[in-house]
Amino acid sequence: MVAFILRRLAQSILVMLVVGLVAFFMFQFLGDPVNQMVGVDTPIAEREALRERLGLNDPLIIRFGKFVVNAAQLEFGLSYQHKSPVTDLLLERLPATIELSMVSAVIAFALALPAGVYTGLYRNRWSSKAMLTLSLVGISVPTFLIGILFIYLFAVVLGWLPSFGRGDVVTLPGGWTTGLLTTSGLKAIILPALTLGLFTLTLIMRLIRAEMLEVLRTDYIKFARARGLTNRAVNFGHALKNTLVPVITVTGLLLGNLIAFAIITESVFQWPGMGRLFLQSIQEVDLPVMSAYLVMISFLFVVLNLVVDILYYVVDPRLRVEGHGGGH
Amino acid sequence: MRKAFTALAVAAVVAASGGLAEAKTLKWGFQTDTTSLDPHAHNVTFTLGFLGNIYEGLVRRDADLKFEPGLATKWENLEPTRWRFHLRKGVKFHNGNDFNADDVLFSYERTNNEDANLRGRVVGIKEVVKVDDYTVDFITEKPNPIIYYEWDTWFIMDKEWSEEKGATTPTNTSTGVESYAAHHENGTGAFTITERQTDVKTVLVPFKDWWDKPQHNLTEVIMTPIGQDATRVAALLSGEVDMVYPVPVQDIKRVNSNDGTSVLVGPELRTIFLFFDTFRDELLYSNVKGKNPFKELKVRQAVYHAIDIEAIKKKIMRGLSDPSAIMISPKLFDKSEGFTRLPYDRSKAKALLAEAGYPDGFETRMDCPNDRYVNDEQICQAIVSMLAKVGIKSSLVAQPKAKYFAAINPKGGSDYAFGLLGWTPGSFDSWNVLFNLLNTPKPDEGRGPYNYSGYSNARVDELTDMIGVETDKAKRDAMIEEAFKISTSEVATVPLHQQALAWGKRDNIELKQRADNQFRFYYVNVK
Repeated sequence: MVAFILRRLAQSILVMLVVGLVAFFMFQFLGDPVNQMVGVDTPIAEREALRERLGLNDPLIIRFGKFVVNAAQLEFGLSYQHKSPVTDLLLERLPATIELSMVSAVIAFALALPAGVYTGLYRNRWSSKAMLTLSLVGISVPTFLIGILFIYLFAVVLGWLPSFGRGDVVTLPGGWTTGLLTTSGLKAIILPALTLGLFTLTLIMRLIRAEMLEVLRTDYIKFARARGLTNRAVNFGHALKNTLVPVITVTGLLLGNLIAFAIITESVFQWPGMGRLFLQSIQEVDLPVMSAYLVMISFLFVVLNLVVDILYYVVDPRLRVEGHGGGH
Repeated sequence: MRKAFTALAVAAVVAASGGLAEAKTLKWGFQTDTTSLDPHAHNVTFTLGFLGNIYEGLVRRDADLKFEPGLATKWENLEPTRWRFHLRKGVKFHNGNDFNADDVLFSYERTNNEDANLRGRVVGIKEVVKVDDYTVDFITEKPNPIIYYEWDTWFIMDKEWSEEKGATTPTNTSTGVESYAAHHENGTGAFTITERQTDVKTVLVPFKDWWDKPQHNLTEVIMTPIGQDATRVAALLSGEVDMVYPVPVQDIKRVNSNDGTSVLVGPELRTIFLFFDTFRDELLYSNVKGKNPFKELKVRQAVYHAIDIEAIKKKIMRGLSDPSAIMISPKLFDKSEGFTRLPYDRSKAKALLAEAGYPDGFETRMDCPNDRYVNDEQICQAIVSMLAKVGIKSSLVAQPKAKYFAAINPKGGSDYAFGLLGWTPGSFDSWNVLFNLLNTPKPDEGRGPYNYSGYSNARVDELTDMIGVETDKAKRDAMIEEAFKISTSEVATVPLHQQALAWGKRDNIELKQRADNQFRFYYVNVK
């Protein structure tokens, strides 16, 4: 098990190196960062001097090498635009993004689980069909449109919830900021969390439903019913538990998605997270911010995958047997 | 006894509510946050405009952009190369320190630094001399009649504070040493920051010891960046903020039709124009081989005649543009009435093309940014179709500003046949336009760096040099007029329009809209 985790972590370094390299090559096509930093009537000689000082005239491979060496020491340099250390900029915004992603994951999972089981068990009911139809909206309508519709309905027309921002935040020891302890913070997270979680919710719900339908047809469920077990024991104890392996895989990856793709939700709701910073940095060709963000997100995905793999062992006894070297 | 007590209670309530009515908060939403709080590090219009509420320069511009005394009470040109500034006495920085000549000298040193993007504000100064505690002389290399024209946004910092806190230079981009001033302020301005969360909100309150008499009635300003257009407009409509800008042109109707909100529109200073490659011997992306049609005056005139500027104003800018006949906003040049646009006349355009030897027109390509100016890509689409009607068939390449500016730059290979650009002279003066956009490109002299047309006229260059050192306004204006007349008659560029500003606000907010898009809180009254 330990060897497995170590191997995975070693692989993650390779993944991050590849992501970094690909990102560096893509940056060549984004345009000129210097132009975004200086005023329009800045003399060309001054622009050239700035270019030189930023090291933008070095060959790509040297710049990448420097980046890797610095990144290994968690040193990502100064943002071109903000002229602040990138690490500070990202850490400052990390709590907002994590909080938003976690709340939407909890909402999505808490709603998807019962809804998925329900529509799986009672698939011919009118209410099941209504739920499935509604879930199509979550899958097919783009996030930013849902966000804007929510804002229009709940902030402009009804005036119940704020249209932007994170409300008042409380700083916990260790520098972590949270909006979950204030009324305005709680009100502010509802719309963005729903917007962000909607896609995940519908996807997990449909997945659980499909898996339930599959499992309910199997022989061991028929046996269980024949043995006279209660519906509850059959549905939740046997059926649901056996649907969970694919659900865990997908959920794990979706969690990564929630963090990585909070970008759009954050920008629609002016949520002060890392995604907005990343989006701005693309517009301004702020290379240090972009590379740090991409490497961080790829690390996150690797870790999530690892957690998912470990969870398999917990959920699926067959894997544990094989893990101990049992033969077939 | 009881009655008396009730009366007392009522009086207390009245007093309390009276006290509440006194609190006047302005909640303001803008597209982005200020880049940082360092007044010398970033040459970003919004950042400087925002910091103008906190810091002050030697001179100030009023609501109509006319100069008025700032930290200097008066200034005079003692000799052609010596400017004397008399400083205001009794000015305090936000931390209580006194303002004097040492702070001006210090601010000059701090700005004349390779990490200060505002270095251009003090370029050409040989020496700054402290005459006494409240008199400073600036000695320039060459006579400079407009030395202070950009000094309304060249802010003065406190020497003692900067030395004590480690803010004597802006953040060093090479070593990464951050300046204290990037996150803290100590200006002399009307407002001071009490709370700042980067990218979330900044809270300001009026500075009690400000030297000037406040015209506003604010007790607090909360600035929130709201990046998305739709969200920003929604925040205004729902009453969460009192004032936002920019309001996208397509949302102006919506804001005006809403109860209690309206949009204040006014002309901006930026001129949008077309430039042509007139320097290559063979035009890029064209079916014409061996020659360059845009070198012909008649072809450039044909393009000018083919553009229906009123249609662009009506359909694309929704009325929010001022068609322009000259490369500078009429607000910035007194003699601009003497210029008129070539009329929209399709048959004339065709005739001119035929005379130039292109009776069937030709093919080429148009380059355009798509996230820089108001509706830039749509303007280009319209121009492409207008030109197609007279026979100039062009494909359109519209790309984000970061890519666009890199491509059209001489360093990027001047990769264009013709394109669209916008320009606001930083000094609000015609010399800047002539020197940067209409002078013969000569990199060694720094001349004509953004003259993407490659236009060259010796007389215009000569006039520009004379304008640069002429101190008599009437003579100077006459020379500017002559230079513009020459470049306009030769169609060095085709000016299109000045775009409009659109500020959305609640009806109980009174403010003054400055044409440079800077928002000064000291003009705001909340009713």
